[in-house]
Amino acid sequence: MPPRGRASRKGHRMSAVAAAGPADAGVPGGTPSDLVLEARDLTLRFGGVTSLDGVSLRQRRGEILAVIGPNGAGKTSLFNCFTGAYRPQQGSVTFWRTSRRPARIVGRSPHAITHLGIARTFQNIRLFPALSALENVQIGTEVRQRYGSLSAVLGLPGARRQERAGVSRAFELLDLVGLSRRAHDLASSLSHGEQRRLEIARALGTGPRLLLLDEPAAGTNPAEKRALEALIRRIAGGGVSVLLIEHDMRLVMSVATTVVVLNFGRVIAHGTPAQVQRDPAVVEAYLGVETGVDAGGEVR
Amino acid sequence: MLTPARLRQLWVCLALGVLAAVVTGPGGDSAHPFRALRRSVVDPRIGIFIGLAVGLWVLLIAVARLRPLLAEVTAAARARRPVAAALGGPHATTGLNAVLLAAAIVAPLLVSTAAQQSMVNDIGIYALLALGLNVVVGYAGLLDLGYIAFFAIGAYVTAYFSSSSAMPWHAPFVINPFFVFPIALLIAALAGVILGAPTLRLRGDYLAIVTLGFGEIIQLLANNSDEVTNGSRGVFGVPHLSVDLPGIHYRWGIDPLPYYYLLLGIVVVVMIAFGRLERSRIGRAWAAIREDEIAAEATGVPTLRMKLLAFAIGASVSGFAGVLLATKQFFNPQSFSLQSSFLVVAIVIFGGMGSRLGAVTGAVVLQGLAFYLRDKVPPTDRYIYFGAVIVVMMIFRPQGLVPSRRRRREIELAGTTAGASDQLGAAPIGRTIT
Ligand SMILES: Nc1ncnc2c1ncn2[C@@H]1O[C@H](COP(=O)(O)OP(=O)(O)OP(=O)(O)O)[C@@H](O)[C@H]1O
Ligand SMILES: [Mg+2]
Repeated sequence: MPPRGRASRKGHRMSAVAAAGPADAGVPGGTPSDLVLEARDLTLRFGGVTSLDGVSLRQRRGEILAVIGPNGAGKTSLFNCFTGAYRPQQGSVTFWRTSRRPARIVGRSPHAITHLGIARTFQNIRLFPALSALENVQIGTEVRQRYGSLSAVLGLPGARRQERAGVSRAFELLDLVGLSRRAHDLASSLSHGEQRRLEIARALGTGPRLLLLDEPAAGTNPAEKRALEALIRRIAGGGVSVLLIEHDMRLVMSVATTVVVLNFGRVIAHGTPAQVQRDPAVVEAYLGVETGVDAGGEVR
Repeated sequence: MLTPARLRQLWVCLALGVLAAVVTGPGGDSAHPFRALRRSVVDPRIGIFIGLAVGLWVLLIAVARLRPLLAEVTAAARARRPVAAALGGPHATTGLNAVLLAAAIVAPLLVSTAAQQSMVNDIGIYALLALGLNVVVGYAGLLDLGYIAFFAIGAYVTAYFSSSSAMPWHAPFVINPFFVFPIALLIAALAGVILGAPTLRLRGDYLAIVTLGFGEIIQLLANNSDEVTNGSRGVFGVPHLSVDLPGIHYRWGIDPLPYYYLLLGIVVVVMIAFGRLERSRIGRAWAAIREDEIAAEATGVPTLRMKLLAFAIGASVSGFAGVLLATKQFFNPQSFSLQSSFLVVAIVIFGGMGSRLGAVTGAVVLQGLAFYLRDKVPPTDRYIYFGAVIVVMMIFRPQGLVPSRRRRREIELAGTTAGASDQLGAAPIGRTIT
């Protein structure tokens, strides 16, 4: 990792934040916010490795925000900080489930964050392999249900009703991602692309307001990529903000409203896809593969 | 057709046979350490073991040959009657359950009183214990080696509340053991939560060690506090169960049969209850934790709370069984030894983790074997046979006698993919999440 000056890091960070709208909108408090997520000055270290170095970013409600950057830039680490899997040493993350209710994220457990309304998929697919596709999604749809073990054992009407509701919601979501015909197949028997979509359905089952997708197009074929693009648009159209990590530039450029570029754990650029594409810092970060940025190939 | 795999299987069988011959042969002495070994290998008795080993090998081949045939027959039957889904359909399952229940009802009438006694004390109570531990090990994927401690808690709570003479330490009032059931259940569940809350954060092997320690502590406490629990002399004279309701008066007594039917009823009710639990959101959450704890958390499953729930449910069943043990008149700390703890774990794994029928079948087979061996081999050797049976089972049928569908799939997947479901809930320790 080449050493970088502190001043330049700070400069980039400030410009990234400045590009993201009114400066006072993100302050947690009673004021309504048009933001869904704000990260301030996140720093995450593993021993000597600094995976995030003062990262700040903001996402507006309904926006499709893409995070790009070379391998090891810290994209997944950022997601892990947003979902409680990692705890950053410094900085804060605020999430607005509704415009009036900010919640601090750092320090909460992953399941509590999911309950607040942030759901995610994993870069290396993590389904429940020995459960059916339907059961995978059901586990998501059931996390907001309230019936306990006693009502389940006694088969109380309330429990049965909720269970049926969870199943039908799961079927709706399987339909949305185009897997309703494979509902009763084991998750592990699905193709790679299907597994990626099943993970999205499972995440949507938890009723999120913000969906984090970690390289959803990795390992999928061109037809699946087109379907994925449409799916992401539909999800965002349904009022769920989408935060997307992706190496496929064509997908990022066509689907994202805003792009944040990470390199060595820092935000080096921030703006619309067109702005970012022209940014010299980005071209430098992708040095040697700069054609990939505008030719729409896979930048890895 | 002798493929290398088949030959290897033969060698394993033969090795197991020789091992069994040696461990069950005459005992050695320090002056001639190899004499016993020589005698048990040279003795014509070895022929029996070699015969058994070859028999096992032939059986394995036969099963492997027959399996595709059986699958074909089943498929054909299904195709002929697609609606009724002949074999394996819900009707077949109900039918099978009815047959098993009928067998369980008739069985004690055909055996001696000593066998009946064993069917209550060894099979019935251990089936109940295994059903409870199955929730912890099979459903939630947590290895609890101190499970027997809750059994002890249930038994001592019963002695405390229902008799003023059984232990030096007793309640100021005496209540009918029947009303102790809910109390013991709650106290055991509470103990489960108290033990679980700090320890369930630990992963796999660590949890096993901590629970092991807990089991030992409880047994030692019971054994050493003479002024409270009567220590190693044990507890004698807890009254038998009795119902005294207007119109219904019944006393369970020395006769094992009424106890047997009571236990059978309890086991059936617990099986039905846990079946419903397994198919509910709770059971699915447990399955999710077992398969991928990190993904489960990310999907909103409160993993720690769900594990605690499994722990508490398992503990309460164990405490419940403890009440039954106490009302059988006599128990001492020996009933809660490490060996008993391992026995319950062995029953669950032998029967098939995550399978209720497996837990009960495991208790019947293993404890039945113990009863059968009682007069045939010296008591010190009994566990050798136990071990042999379990080792053979784990080599050739790791999913257990009557595996649950989910668990079988997990084990199959673990063989082919990077699934980590075969390690009893242990997740990687350094967790890099991508
Ligand atoms: N649990 C961990 N322990 C140690 N180092 C870690 C851990 N998680 C991430 N890192 C380090 O943090 C840095 C950023 O990793 P991260 O996975 O966030 O990159 P990424 O941008 O997602 O890369 P990719 O495009 O390959 O997925 C890497 O140097 C990585 O080795
Ligand atoms: Mg990554």
